[in-house]
Amino acid sequence: MGMTITEKILARAAGKRVIGPGDNVWVEVDILLTHDVCGPGTIGVFQREFGAAAKVWDPLKVVIIPDHYVFTQDEKAHRNIDSLRYFVDQQKLPYFYDPGTSRYKGVCHVALPEAGHVRPGEVIFGTDSHTCTHGALGAFATGIGNTDAGFIMGTGKLLIKVPKTMRFRVNGSVPPYIMGKDIILKIIGDIGFDGASYFAMEFTGEAIRQLSIEERMTICNMAIEAGGKNGIIEPDEKTFDYVRARTSLPFNAVYGDVDAPVDSERTYDASTLEPCVAEPHVPSHYALARERNDVKLDRAYIGSCTGGKITDFIAAARVLKGHQVTIPTFLVPATVEVAEALIKTEIDGTSLVEIFAVAGCEDIAPPSCAACLGGPPDTYGRTSGNEAVISTTNRNFPGRMGSKLSRIYLASPLTVAASAIRGHITDPREFM
Amino acid sequence: MKTIRGAVYVVQDDIDTDQIIPAQYLNLVPTIPEEYVKLGSYALCGLPDGYPPFVKPGATKADYTIIVGGRNFGCGSSREHAPVCLGAAGVNAVVAESYARIFFRNAVATGELYPFETAIRLCTIFKTGDVAEIDVNGAQLTNLTSNQSYSLKDLGAVAPVVEAGGIFAYARKAGIIK
Repeated sequence: MGMTITEKILARAAGKRVIGPGDNVWVEVDILLTHDVCGPGTIGVFQREFGAAAKVWDPLKVVIIPDHYVFTQDEKAHRNIDSLRYFVDQQKLPYFYDPGTSRYKGVCHVALPEAGHVRPGEVIFGTDSHTCTHGALGAFATGIGNTDAGFIMGTGKLLIKVPKTMRFRVNGSVPPYIMGKDIILKIIGDIGFDGASYFAMEFTGEAIRQLSIEERMTICNMAIEAGGKNGIIEPDEKTFDYVRARTSLPFNAVYGDVDAPVDSERTYDASTLEPCVAEPHVPSHYALARERNDVKLDRAYIGSCTGGKITDFIAAARVLKGHQVTIPTFLVPATVEVAEALIKTEIDGTSLVEIFAVAGCEDIAPPSCAACLGGPPDTYGRTSGNEAVISTTNRNFPGRMGSKLSRIYLASPLTVAASAIRGHITDPREFM
Repeated sequence: MKTIRGAVYVVQDDIDTDQIIPAQYLNLVPTIPEEYVKLGSYALCGLPDGYPPFVKPGATKADYTIIVGGRNFGCGSSREHAPVCLGAAGVNAVVAESYARIFFRNAVATGELYPFETAIRLCTIFKTGDVAEIDVNGAQLTNLTSNQSYSLKDLGAVAPVVEAGGIFAYARKAGIIK
């Protein structure tokens, strides 16, 4: 009997020929990712348990990307980044992307693959639930807490349960008004906010193959919003082109067996999907954008690991070009690479930066997680009252962007841009 | 027989980690003792208006020892601050219909609290302020206010890990690590 891609990656990492769902296995870790919010606590656990003088198991496999609370006056946030600097120096860790230096990158889940740390077939753990993003490149990737991460720092291993697989086959051709965000919000709407709890979510089908790596990342990023352990897409030539442009390290791509049994399979036709939103306060509150024109908005937000990639800004600019926004529209590129691409990328001879400026958007903010998760009170774009926000981010929980009273509608960058022009939820087809 | 006894605080479905500990307090580091205490003082302060305060203003601990919830408790972020702040506030157990995967694992790995599951929708039966007792090994919850008992799902291999104080303490006790 065959194994799925998730099972095969975990089998390799466990040094076993065959494993199956429900097996508890010790896996060798290829990359441990942490950031400024959970890194200090992880280091605290590591030093408490392995000793103040302990060395990490492999300095080349620990990647530290501060991104959450970077542009703030909060003293503890600064102290936390300082404590990472001290640890990195002490441990001689080469992969630290320090704020305030030319190495700074920004949001860890966009920076990690950009810097070549995500490779097909590998096992990645991160102290952030959106670590599932990296399954978009054919890796097994999932979020863990500080204690598990501290264990990995000391040993390079973790005991995990092999998840069952739910397969989502998306056939058909992806229309120009549909994005990865519409696909994943539809799936989460169907299976529910906890519909994939403990499961691997495997995305396949011709529509998925058509998507860019960045769009695939949007889909895998939100696997956690259905409770999934990991999201995963088999690698193809697009994956290899993306990875080889960013690292010279070798890797072994892994593919599922054709006869691998899965727990369930759902089939979608991308050509029949419509632009959508997730209404407050859970990502499974699916609604069609065209049926929510009555929802008036106070601001629009484009940013985060889910919706702050260059492809997201290109999509928004396609809609905004030649129009004016009527509500404050915040733009936060995920990384420095994305911010630079906003200057270099043009649509019909006009740069994205210029398109956004002419459309009346707020000045482009420096790359970080910013208001996606609220954060310290001085966080850029953070809500403070009962604002209705349409956002390309991943969560619309009460208080997620700061104020408990604000209401967050999740949508694709196309839908966010169209809605920013009208000032109410708008189907982007009105501008395409 | 290990028992947990105390006042109950009742919440509903989909209590996410931003409600358990809002992101603005993630600048606190759980392994720093005074910040561990501080995290406890903010436990569940992100719940929507309408819930009574879990920790009274000015206090560092809650008056509640047991939380009763619905489905998908602890969904969202992988922040270990979530089970940590509940443990720091004095919570010994959560009883819910289901958990988000990472919260459950973090609760066990830190040994901060027992994450019991139940097939019964207790969040519509219990009232905040009820006094209850959990027989940990017998997997039984008794509401001492109403004098009703409910069976819980046995925690199996998870119970001794929490009992030991988390995955490291357990692994040392069991001889898995030095």
